[in-house]
Amino acid sequence: MTMARSPDPRPAGRLGGLAAPTLVRHLGAAVLAGVVLLIGSNTIGDYRDYQLANVAVYVVAVAGLTLLIGLSGQISIGNGAFMAVGGYLAALLLADLKWPLIAILLAATAGAAVVGAIFGVAAARLRGPYLAGATLMLAVALPSVATRFQSVLGGDQGLGFFIGVPGFLGPNVSPYRWLAWVTCGAALVTMVLLANLIRSRTGRSWRAVRDDEIAAALAGLNVARLQILAFVVSAACAGLGGTLLAMWNQSVSPGLFSLTLSIQLLTAAVLGGLGSLTGAVLGSAIVVLPYTYLQNQAISLGMTTATGSNVPILAYGAVLIVVMLAFPAGIQGLLAWMVRASRVRQAVRWLTGPLARRASPGPSVHSAASGHPDQRSAPAAEPQEKGTT
Amino acid sequence: MVEFLEFTLSGLAAGMVYAAIALALVLIWRGTRVLNYSQGAMAMLTSYIALTVINETGSYWLGFAVALAAGLILGAVVERTVIRPVTGKPPLNAVIVSIGLLILLEGLAGVLYGSNNRSFPFAYSVNGLSIGSVALGITRNDLFTAVAVLGAAGLLAAAFRYTSAGLRLRATAFNAGVARLLGVRVGRMLTLGWALAGLIGALAGMLVTPPLLNPNSMDAIFVLGFTAAVIGGLESPVGAVAGGLLLGVVLNYASGYLGSESVNLFGLAALLLVLMFRPTGLFSAAPARRV
Repeated sequence: MTMARSPDPRPAGRLGGLAAPTLVRHLGAAVLAGVVLLIGSNTIGDYRDYQLANVAVYVVAVAGLTLLIGLSGQISIGNGAFMAVGGYLAALLLADLKWPLIAILLAATAGAAVVGAIFGVAAARLRGPYLAGATLMLAVALPSVATRFQSVLGGDQGLGFFIGVPGFLGPNVSPYRWLAWVTCGAALVTMVLLANLIRSRTGRSWRAVRDDEIAAALAGLNVARLQILAFVVSAACAGLGGTLLAMWNQSVSPGLFSLTLSIQLLTAAVLGGLGSLTGAVLGSAIVVLPYTYLQNQAISLGMTTATGSNVPILAYGAVLIVVMLAFPAGIQGLLAWMVRASRVRQAVRWLTGPLARRASPGPSVHSAASGHPDQRSAPAAEPQEKGTT
Repeated sequence: MVEFLEFTLSGLAAGMVYAAIALALVLIWRGTRVLNYSQGAMAMLTSYIALTVINETGSYWLGFAVALAAGLILGAVVERTVIRPVTGKPPLNAVIVSIGLLILLEGLAGVLYGSNNRSFPFAYSVNGLSIGSVALGITRNDLFTAVAVLGAAGLLAAAFRYTSAGLRLRATAFNAGVARLLGVRVGRMLTLGWALAGLIGALAGMLVTPPLLNPNSMDAIFVLGFTAAVIGGLESPVGAVAGGLLLGVVLNYASGYLGSESVNLFGLAALLLVLMFRPTGLFSAAPARRV
C-alpha cells in the first residue's frame, strides 16, 4: 500500500510543472481567438457570418482528419461518411425527440465515434492502399443507406434540420450570427481538446506508431488500439462537423455528404499541412472561401452557371497537385520553412548575433536552432539582453 | 433458376468493366506503387474525346480508336509530368497527387464540355439475347464488352510473357533497382506501364459510358473497379479480373434480389468481408513487413 501511495506526488508535480502550462496556453489562445471571433462576427455582415460558419464547420472535421493522417499515419478518404452519421443522427434526434442543441451536438459526436470505432476495428488491420480503398467505398456506400431506408431517413430529399436563435438572445442576433457563434464555439472546443491530445502521451504514441509500427510495438505500445482510437477521435470530430454542417445547411441529404465532401476534407488537410491544427484552419479557409469568388469570376467571364461551377473544382485539383509537388508539408510547412530558413531567422540572428558573441556564443545559438518551434527566437534573445545591460 | 442464370450472366457482363478498371490499377500499382485515383477521370476524358470524334466524323470505330490512343498518350503524359516527381516519396504524396488529378480532370471536362449529360452511342445493339424462349439477360453489346476486356487482358498477358518489353516491364515491377543495374531503362518502363493502363482505362470508359456521359459518370464505376482490385489483391492481374467478375456477380444478385439502391452497400460489405480475412486481398502472397 505504501508502495502504491508513494509515486503520487510526482504526477501532481508534473501536472503543475508541464501539463498545466500547455493547457493554460491552449485555453488562453482559444479564449483570445473566441474574443476576436465574437467581436468580428458582430462587425461583419450576415453573408460573411454565414461564410465564417462554413469555415468553422470544415475546421472541426478537418482537424480530426489531419490528426488521423498526420499523427497516426492512417489515411481516410471517407470521413464524409462519419459526417453523414453525425448529421443524420442529429436530424433524427431533433425531429423525433426535440432535444436541445447542446445535447444533439454531444449525442451526434458520440454516435459517430461509435461508428468510427466499429470501422476502426476493421481498418486497424489494413494498410496503405487497402485502407484507402475501404474508406473510399465507405464514403460512397454510406449515404445510400438513406435511400435504402427511405421512410426513416427521407431518401434523396433528406431531412430538415432547423434550429432557430434561442429566445434569450433577443431579436438583435441574426440567425447567421448565431450560426457563426455555435460553429466557431464548437471549433474552438475541438481545437483545444485536440491540441492537448496531440501534446499528450497518446499523441506521442501515435507519432511513434506512424514512424515505425514494429518499433512502437516492441516498445510496448498497443498499435491496434492506438490506431482504432485515432479513428474514433477522427470520426467524433467528423460527426460533430456533420451536425454543424446540417445546421448550416438546414437539412441533411445524401447529396450533402457526397464523395466530393470527403475529398474536400482531404484537400483542406493536405493544403494546411498534415498533422497541424493551425494548418487545418488555414486549409479549411482556403477550401471554403474562394469557391464562390472563383465561380463568380468564371461567370463574369461569360461562362454559364453550370460551367462556371467547374472552375473552382479545376482550381482545387491544380492547387492540390502543385502543393504536393512543391511543398509536400502544406502551408504550415511552408510557413515553418520560411521561419527556419529565410530572412526572418537570419534577421533574428543578425540582431542577436553581436550580443550573443559578447555574452556566451555557443549555447545560445544552439538553443535558438533546436528549441521548440513556438518559442524559437524569443527565449534565446531575452537572457542575453538582460546579461549585457 | 432462369432468373438466377440471367442475373449471373448480366453480372459477369458488368464485372468485365470492373475487371478492366482493376487491371489498369494493378498495372500501375505493380510498376510504380501508386494507386491511380484518376483512372476513372482519365477514362471519362478519353470518352469525351471519342464522343467529339464520333460526332464530327460519324464513325463509331474511329472514335473508339482515338479514345484508346488518347488513353495511351494521357497515361504517359500523366506519369512523366506529375507522377514521376512523387515516386519514391511517402505513399500519401502520390495518393494526394492522383486525387488532385481526378478533381482537375473532372473540372476540366466540366469547363470544356459542360456538366450536363450527353448521349453516348453503344457499340452494338442492346436488345436482350435469348436461346429459344429463354432470355439470357445479356445483350450483343455485353458480349462485345466481354470479348474486348478478355481479349485485352489476354493480349496484355501474352505481351508480358512473350515479348522483350514485357520481360523488362516485369523486371521493373519485381525490383526496379536490380532491373536498372541489368540495363533496363526503368523510367521508360514506368511510363510504358502508365500508358498501357491509360489504354485499358480508355477501353473500359468506351465500354461502360453508354448511354450517358458527364464529368462524374465514371466515379461510381471507378470506385467499384478499385474495390475489385483491392478484393483481388493489388499485386495480381489475374486477381484483378477475378475480383471484377466476382464483384459484378455479387452486386448483380444484390440489385436483382434486393433492389438497386443497396448495390453500394453490398460493395462495401463484400470489400470489408474480404479484407477482414485477407487484409491484402484474395490473390496476393502472404504479406511480409520489413523490420
